[in-house]
Amino acid sequence: MTALLETRDLTARYGDFQALFGVDLTLGEGETVAIIGANGAGKTTLMRSLSGVLRNGPDSIRFDGRGIGDLPADEVMAMGIAMVPEGRKLFPSLSVEENLQIGAYGRNTGGYWSLDTVYDLFPVLKERRSNPGTALSGGQQQMVAIGRALMSNPRVLLCDEISLGLAPVIIKDIYKAVPKIRASGASMIVVEQDIGQAMAVADRVYCMMEGRITLSGSPDALSREAIHNAYFGAAA
Amino acid sequence: MIWVDTIIQGILLGGLYALFAAGLSLVFGIMRLVNLAHGDLIVLGAYLILLLVTLTGLSPFVAAAVAMPFMFALGFGLQKFMLNRVLGDDILPPLLVTFGLSVVLQNALLEGFSADSQRIQAGPLSTASIQVAGLNLGVMPLMTFGSALVVIIGLNQLFYRTSLGRAFRATSDDPTTASLMGIKPAGIFAKATGIAMIIVTIAALYLGMRSNFDPSIGPARLIYAFEAVIIGGLGSLWGTLAGGVIIGVAQTVGAAINPEWQILAGHLAFLIVLLVRPRGLFPRAVD
Repeated sequence: MTALLETRDLTARYGDFQALFGVDLTLGEGETVAIIGANGAGKTTLMRSLSGVLRNGPDSIRFDGRGIGDLPADEVMAMGIAMVPEGRKLFPSLSVEENLQIGAYGRNTGGYWSLDTVYDLFPVLKERRSNPGTALSGGQQQMVAIGRALMSNPRVLLCDEISLGLAPVIIKDIYKAVPKIRASGASMIVVEQDIGQAMAVADRVYCMMEGRITLSGSPDALSREAIHNAYFGAAA
Repeated sequence: MIWVDTIIQGILLGGLYALFAAGLSLVFGIMRLVNLAHGDLIVLGAYLILLLVTLTGLSPFVAAAVAMPFMFALGFGLQKFMLNRVLGDDILPPLLVTFGLSVVLQNALLEGFSADSQRIQAGPLSTASIQVAGLNLGVMPLMTFGSALVVIIGLNQLFYRTSLGRAFRATSDDPTTASLMGIKPAGIFAKATGIAMIIVTIAALYLGMRSNFDPSIGPARLIYAFEAVIIGGLGSLWGTLAGGVIIGVAQTVGAAINPEWQILAGHLAFLIVLLVRPRGLFPRAVD
């Protein structure tokens, strides 16, 4: 399998604080990878680096064989890496439909995803299309954030903590969309604190702790104990 | 009847203030930048139109249309090469830079055009009037107000009907998340300032045709514009028109009571609105 997106020895820091220590990660074409880890493990920093919000050395992140680590977020997005940011980050001045439309602002390649197909994926959004995005419930807002990222027909979809703050029944609903997103051809990186959902949809899992990847493998091959140790550190 | 006439004249005068203010409102709404050189840029626009009229004999309206692309380019470049560098969490650096720009513009205009007051000649249009329901309405004030309406409606269409307008609003909400949508905030800001300069050119046209101007009058135009924006509520375009009208009506009513009161009455109206509605008449829901 050839790598669509990979990081090599990726380090990231905020001033004096180093958040990532030499992360190596590979995402294959058509693959879905889950990144799990506790709060502060560096998952969001990794996503911010991949999406171009944090800038790195050019070759620390390669996409489709090209170094993109030093590109700004808008150029990364135009190449086909779309992000569902942590906390959803809908635009309060835009209606639900406008929030979706703006997802295609920097990349409008045509493809499976359009307003119609996003409304098919999340029918409730069609009823609320004229409401301000922020007037929706948390789960519906998350649907808008996912639909917004899909509107650009990305090759890679980055999902940062999409279950954060949502009731389990809603999380289940949202994860029902994952197979359809995969079927559209997008590769996915799903970051979660909640291990269960992430493991269920992923082909491979990376576990992070304190800015490093401590464990990786296919979900079936990893024992609960190994994950527990990689997540919280080895039992003393 | 005299009062009806006074108030209608005030409303029409408000159109001029709304034109002064619309560009300021647009830029503030998108990037929270108060451009202290806004008034001087209007005066610069007036000189540019005057220069074109004098050199080529064009009608002022055609000259303004010719000046628009230059003013757009000026605004675009100003934002891209200067103001984008000082935009950030701290609001002081852009204020200082635009204050400096204001001083530079005034002195450059003084150097280039002298302190003599000038006027853009509009011919018979400047004194023409029409009678409506027993009131004499000047054609020039009517055109000013009409232009203000067109500008505000046009900006609203741009903001709420186009893809660029969505990008303006999204960038105003959250530049980082906007960049995740493929929007380059620096480019959006440059376009916004360019568009603001097109409106500045329209304001400059009416400023120059309606009254004398010289290099020093920019800051006073800025004050009127600023008051109109604040009265209307920051970021609201219709509010800006309402703010301009309130100042215009206050000035003409003040002048009708005592001619010395004209300017003061406008400022007092501003202070009263600020006391009663500190966030302006139509504040945006989110700031």
